[in-house]
Amino acid sequence: MSALRAPLLELRGASKRFVKALDAAARIARLLGAQAVEEIVHAVDRVDLAVHSGEVVGLVGESGCGKSTLGRLALGLLEPTAGTRLWRGEEIAPMAASQQRALRLKMQMVFQDPYASLNPRMRVADIVGEAPVVHGLIDAREREAYAAQLLARVGLDATLLGRYPHQFSGGQRARIGIARALAVKPEFLVCDEPVAALDVSIQAQVLNLFIRLREEFALSYLFISHDLGVVQHLSDRVLIMYLGRVVEAAPVAEIYARANHPYTQALLAEVPRLESRRKRYAAIKGEIPSPLAPPPGCHFHPRCPQAFARCRIDQPRLREVAPLQFSACHLNDRVS
Amino acid sequence: MSEPALRVEKLSTHFFTRQGVVKAVEDVSFSVAPGKILGLVGESGSGKSMTGFSIMGLIDAPGRVVAGRILLGGRDLLALAPEAMRQIRGNRIAMIFQDPMMTLNPVLRIDTQMVEAIHAHAAVSRAAARARAREALARVGIPAPDERLSAYPHQFSGGMRQRVAIAIALLNQPELIIADEPTTALDVTIQGQILFELQQLARASGTALIWISHDLSLMAGLADAISVMYAGRIVEHGSVDAVLDAPLHPYTQGLIASVPSRNRRGEPLHQIPGMTPSLLEPAPGCAFRERCSRADGACAADPPMSSPAAGRQVRCFHPLPA
Ligand SMILES: Nc1ncnc2c1ncn2[C@@H]1O[C@H](COP(=O)(O)OP(=O)(O)OP(=O)(O)O)[C@@H](O)[C@H]1O
Ligand SMILES: Nc1ncnc2c1ncn2[C@@H]1O[C@H](COP(=O)(O)OP(=O)(O)OP(=O)(O)O)[C@@H](O)[C@H]1O
Ligand code: SF4
Ligand code: SF4
Ligand SMILES: [Mg+2]
Ligand SMILES: [Mg+2]
Repeated sequence: MSALRAPLLELRGASKRFVKALDAAARIARLLGAQAVEEIVHAVDRVDLAVHSGEVVGLVGESGCGKSTLGRLALGLLEPTAGTRLWRGEEIAPMAASQQRALRLKMQMVFQDPYASLNPRMRVADIVGEAPVVHGLIDAREREAYAAQLLARVGLDATLLGRYPHQFSGGQRARIGIARALAVKPEFLVCDEPVAALDVSIQAQVLNLFIRLREEFALSYLFISHDLGVVQHLSDRVLIMYLGRVVEAAPVAEIYARANHPYTQALLAEVPRLESRRKRYAAIKGEIPSPLAPPPGCHFHPRCPQAFARCRIDQPRLREVAPLQFSACHLNDRVS
Repeated sequence: MSEPALRVEKLSTHFFTRQGVVKAVEDVSFSVAPGKILGLVGESGSGKSMTGFSIMGLIDAPGRVVAGRILLGGRDLLALAPEAMRQIRGNRIAMIFQDPMMTLNPVLRIDTQMVEAIHAHAAVSRAAARARAREALARVGIPAPDERLSAYPHQFSGGMRQRVAIAIALLNQPELIIADEPTTALDVTIQGQILFELQQLARASGTALIWISHDLSLMAGLADAISVMYAGRIVEHGSVDAVLDAPLHPYTQGLIASVPSRNRRGEPLHQIPGMTPSLLEPAPGCAFRERCSRADGACAADPPMSSPAAGRQVRCFHPLPA
């Protein structure tokens, strides 16, 4: 039974705190005796994440809510402040170093800005072919042929192998970034806003590539995006984050048809849709609170139209509100 | 029909670079009525911002407006002396940029900047100017505007900074506001707030709005009419319903078809093949023809703008049926 099979990758109770260094002004103020302490950001606060083999999990949330940090924790690129990481049900931290190195190749990242993430002085053949040579997946003499083969898989011509990143368009660079990630034969990709920087007419081309490669290579994705339309199209399951916490997690159909959490509902109400004409925008109150000083209780309470006394004190926990749909909201305890 | 607040006629803006001439804006015409919102859509590099900059008189060397007229209330802005144009900018027309720091000065307090913007165009007392600034901040939904007036830009979040920039654009109650993707860097909930405020403004004060964006879905909810730009030219124009429900130009049709909600979940999206063409010394003929499924021999010539139905325009030899 597939439900009993351990997830491909799992995070349990993962947290990441950053210490925000003082800026120059604050340092001077402190020299003069002012009260300025280093502040701590709870970028990710006790999050559980499971991505099953072949599954696409969409991760949505406002800027700064911790999506990229969670993606980096999943890949082991950041050391968690707390929590455990498991691969196929086995905890990773106690594994032998050689096993951990092998695992690192199984998980790759595709970045938002394909330009910033490609070395401008390397030829495409080396950008794509270097890691597999270094890790002994292929022989150095096979590098060009192997890179050519990967370029073909992402829809680029092999005659481009000798070119440098600046000689490509944004959409082509996105493809090169994907080819580089695929070169080490991963099973799991964290895609961090991979189409956000692309032109509208190019976004569809690259999203189609993700859809096709998922089948061809039996890949699983954690797909980070602020575009709910894109996430809805690609994902099997969606996680909604707010200020470091997951507030709702459910299969894609449930989220879009029956969102439970008031924040998810607000988010969906604001999503621009081709079908809604001359929309009357509502004045939602409030700013996104600073992650340096999140509100107590439910982080969403200062902006929540349904907040009540308990929300200001007590942190709501995720619980199953319908089959496979989890939500962290006290309203679910109140229903008659 | 009311007299348009702004009418742009056959505007062309070119950049004379060492590599050659970049025809950033070519033969662009449109008009906006008071209180209406015109959406200017198109992909990166299609000339949306340069159209806005041309109207504002902000094109710098090596760029130059080489042809056309820009009529504000019947007067041609291109015929004005620089000093007269400065008087109009920030007063009768204002622009909101994607990056609010294009408007805000990082080293000045908000009140200083706002009072300066008022004094540049009106001889009122400092107290009166400050009161007007306070009112403008309150109008864009900035809480505690009195305290916020004496803050510096870095003390605001991105969404708040953009609202301050909008408040500054509103200060002198302009007839026309050009908003150049002011919400793309913001979250949808904050974007919704800003759209709410600008929508209110257009309705209440009769300000005409040109909203620049690459996001068709956003335009659907906001605009009254849409002009679609491709490679420096307007290729289609019509009411929001006409353009989105029955596009005439193959490019517009392709864009709409590639929006995820128009496709079955998980299936490959409709995609427009190929890439955006370079605007540097373009070959004659329709700029879309390398990517167009309807192209034929006729498309090797420049398609003229035609009007196959009332209120609709398309630049194509083989448009879709209206
Ligand atoms: N290296 C770091 N040092 C200090 N703070 C950090 C660091 N990385 C992230 N943060 C903070 O952690 C929080 C979460 O950041 P993160 O980049 O994960 O957000 P995000 O959801 O990916 O946002 P965006 O949508 O803007 O990419 C933010 O408040 C951010 O400022
Ligand atoms: N200073 C310049 N020198 C040469 N070309 C320029 C200059 N400024 C703009 N251009 C060109 O003018 C064209 C139109 O640019 P514009 O900024 O109007 O595009 P846009 O539609 O606003 O794109 P985006 O969505 O990326 O903002 C582009 O091809 C650009 O390269
Ligand atoms: S717990 Fe309370 S404040 Fe939080 S989302 Fe639910 S009702 Fe709103
Ligand atoms: S003029 Fe020809 S190439 Fe251009 S859009 Fe029309 S059919 Fe296509
Ligand atoms: Mg991020
Ligand atoms: Mg622009």
